Amino acid sequence: MDPLWLARLQFASTTIFHYFFVPMSIGLALIIAIMQTMYVVKDDEKYKRMTKFWGTLFLINFAVGVVTGILQEFQFGMNWSTYSRFVGDVFGPSLAIEGLLAFFMESTFIGLWVFGWDRLSKRVHLLSVWLVSIGTILSAFWILSANSFMQSPVGYEVVDGRAQMANFWEIIANPQLWVQFPHVLTSAFATGAFLIAGVSAWKISKKQDVDMFKRSFKISIIVAAISSLFILVTGHNQAQNLVETQPMKLAAAEALWEHSEDPAPFTVIAGINSDEKTNDWSLDIPYVLSLLSYNKFSGSLQGLNELQDQYVEKYGPGDYIPHVPTIFWSFRAMVVSGTLMLMVAIYGWYAARKDNLEKHPRFLKLMVWAIALPFIGNTVGWIVTELGRQPWVVFGVMKTEDAVSPSVTANEVLFSLVTFNLLYAILGAVMVYLFVKHIKKDSTKKKETPMTTDPFSKEGTEIVSQ
Amino acid sequence: MSLNELWFLLIAVLFAGFFVLEGFDFGVGTVARFLGKDDIEKRVYINTIGPFWDANEVWLITAGGAMFAAFPHWYATMFSGFYIPLVFMLLALIIRGVAFEFRSKVENKKWRNMWDWGIFIGSSLPPILWGVVLANFMTGMPIDQDKEMVGGFIQFLHPFALLGGVMFLFVCIVHGLQFITLKTEGELQERARKVAKKLAPVTLILVLLFAIVGFIKTDIFTYHGNLWIILPILTWVTLLLGAILNNKKRDGWAFTMTSLTILLLSASIFIGMFPRVMISSINEAYSLTVYNAASGAYTLKVMSIASLVLLPFVLGYQIWSYYIFRKRVTKKDVTY
Ligand code: HDD
Ligand code: HEM
Ligand code: HEM
Repeated sequence: MDPLWLARLQFASTTIFHYFFVPMSIGLALIIAIMQTMYVVKDDEKYKRMTKFWGTLFLINFAVGVVTGILQEFQFGMNWSTYSRFVGDVFGPSLAIEGLLAFFMESTFIGLWVFGWDRLSKRVHLLSVWLVSIGTILSAFWILSANSFMQSPVGYEVVDGRAQMANFWEIIANPQLWVQFPHVLTSAFATGAFLIAGVSAWKISKKQDVDMFKRSFKISIIVAAISSLFILVTGHNQAQNLVETQPMKLAAAEALWEHSEDPAPFTVIAGINSDEKTNDWSLDIPYVLSLLSYNKFSGSLQGLNELQDQYVEKYGPGDYIPHVPTIFWSFRAMVVSGTLMLMVAIYGWYAARKDNLEKHPRFLKLMVWAIALPFIGNTVGWIVTELGRQPWVVFGVMKTEDAVSPSVTANEVLFSLVTFNLLYAILGAVMVYLFVKHIKKDSTKKKETPMTTDPFSKEGTEIVSQ
Repeated sequence: MSLNELWFLLIAVLFAGFFVLEGFDFGVGTVARFLGKDDIEKRVYINTIGPFWDANEVWLITAGGAMFAAFPHWYATMFSGFYIPLVFMLLALIIRGVAFEFRSKVENKKWRNMWDWGIFIGSSLPPILWGVVLANFMTGMPIDQDKEMVGGFIQFLHPFALLGGVMFLFVCIVHGLQFITLKTEGELQERARKVAKKLAPVTLILVLLFAIVGFIKTDIFTYHGNLWIILPILTWVTLLLGAILNNKKRDGWAFTMTSLTILLLSASIFIGMFPRVMISSINEAYSLTVYNAASGAYTLKVMSIASLVLLPFVLGYQIWSYYIFRKRVTKKDVTY
């Protein structure tokens, strides 16, 4: 097998797995910090219980985020050594600063938070949860500054065949970063918020501890609604940015093969024919793509085929068109999930304000399913971003096929690919089990009898499969 | 001192810090399941490192990030060259990290036993692998003119490397036991003290052997002159002092000594390598050095400023956190 292909598969699978947990951590940390603030301000034990209930889920999730993150940090050197040699100057500092500034803060203060309930004053303890939340946000910022360089390289010059940093501020001020970070951050907040709202809805429908979960629902649905709105706004900014920085990616997301008409119509769905480099059929809405790209009812966009010709002229022979159907459909899945999220969240906010959630059993059930929406959005969003950049690993500068480690053999990568994914599959299953177990526990009932929940017994497997 | 040298020093400090700090929690993780007679006792042992292990691991993550930024070739050559050992190390660290979190979440014997094994394997394998890596740092590795390591991973497992692995595991275990004596009381504490006493002779012999073979086989201990041989000797002496102080129940001092052991061991290896960061066994000229493996001057400057600003805060709140959790862990505290 091709070591390049295996290395890509490994990178994609491990990163997607890492990113399954990370946005949840970022979102949960923020909302838990809000809840604990209410506890400290209102001095109401109910908020403390609330903080602890969601805190347990947060900690389970955080642990998986952390351990999968360690692998991310090493992976560049392990599988992409040529890439690491080439960009280390520019890319490394972001990772190093992320460690120094964010990871130390998160990991130290999470220790203080977990073990410090009785050892720290209320205010210092509250401060530590906020510092955890800020730490998660800072990690997102710094890792994205590295990723933005790959999408839209700035602030560097190539010296002796290596990219050397020329201006640190340009890397921090990268316009790509400043559209990407708000979008990623708001979608992370929404991920945590939908989890809390969905679980609360389930608890309310089961009539367990209704009062506490109604309050949880209220807090989280507000965060969900506001962040969903911002996701759409910032996503729109991202797309506009792409017009300038990576027109090829945008054209792929729109399955736009030829130069568009002016004004450009938006393709809702299409039958993509990659071999013939055209669409067999499509359903278009006039004006909308111009509107999305330029905020006005005119203006046209470049198509894939003409961009291909331009790139051949600029970068030499090669295939510069990414995998169009994947990107096209992923983009649609992202937009649909965002739209649904906003609708669900606004309705939920409205219902919560009227305080008649129990009267909407169908909506409560829907909320549980809606937990999946942000996860879908996150995953497909990154697929658009990363696959849409192919064949480049650093856009316009280095191709993915030139980035791989020459000394690592296919068998070695196959071994790591299989073992990492196996372990991840087990971790995922255990996590779902623990989540469900914690959520199902009815804390209003008297103490549960210990030593009864055997994960290997029938009861245990039922919980997982439900 | 040039910035290249400063960054070598900083990365060496990050690695040494990682070995000293994570060293004791590797040790505690290795012994917890055998030392604790029942579930609560095991939890007490684990909780001695509960608030710290994650932050300790970040020393490694930051060391990796700093290598990537300051010496991209070092990062690239080392991580791709040691591919298979690193895969095992990552698997171990992943299992260990979740095991700490998952074990207490279900009250069931089989469940806890399973994660206790996870903690054991995840805590004992990494020090062995790091010992192997350090020994290979000393002997040098087949690095070609393209700065790539050639040849499969079996070559890393020569007897000296295996000795390094076992040696480092034992040092971490003793260091961890010493940490336990510092953080627990009563019978739990005495048990750790007794085991540390028993393991001390073996550990002393292993370190001595490692130093002697290292002296014969490599140029590390005397690269900058014969005087530097003092470092491995002090490594051994501090370990001995640690054992003596342990017997005298001077736990704080004993732990200080085992910390110094790991610090001096790291120092003797990193100093002996300098200015090389990876020694080529094919041709000395192919070795990576702090000059030919480094980033540009601008990056080093930016990084220096960033770490000078950030490091004091990091050290400050980490020390504060050890201060907050200075009290010994007892059975009464086991709520988490
Ligand atoms: C909850 C998840 C979620 C939702 C509902 C959306 N997105 Fe998104 N999107 C992401 C989560 C996400 C992401 C996973 O966070 C990405 C991947 C990389 C990035 O910057 O954010 C992303 C990337 C991404 C990109 C690629 C940016 C690039 O390659 O530089 C575009 C153009 C959009 N989004 C646009 C949208 C639009 C127009 C949306 C709705 C109308 C939308 N996103 C909803
Ligand atoms: C967390 C969300 C992310 C996800 C889900 C993700 C996913 C992916 C995917 C699907 C690919 C394409 C793999 C392929 O072409 O087969 C890829 C490539 C890559 N991404 Fe990301 N990525 C994420 C974030 C990042 C970040 C933050 C960085 C850098 C800091 C990064 C660095 C890379 C590199 C180096 C590659 C090249 C390897 C390759 O093309 O296969 N990714 N990623
Ligand atoms: C491929 C690139 C990535 C690398 C190298 C990476 C690296 C890491 C590392 C080493 C950790 C563990 C930190 C610890 O021990 O405390 C971690 C956790 C984390 N990462 Fe990533 N990461 C990547 C992608 C991302 C992305 C895209 C984001 C956010 C947008 C992100 C946000 C976080 C956060 C918030 C944590 C804290 C743990 C958690 O919340 O679950 N990471 N990451």
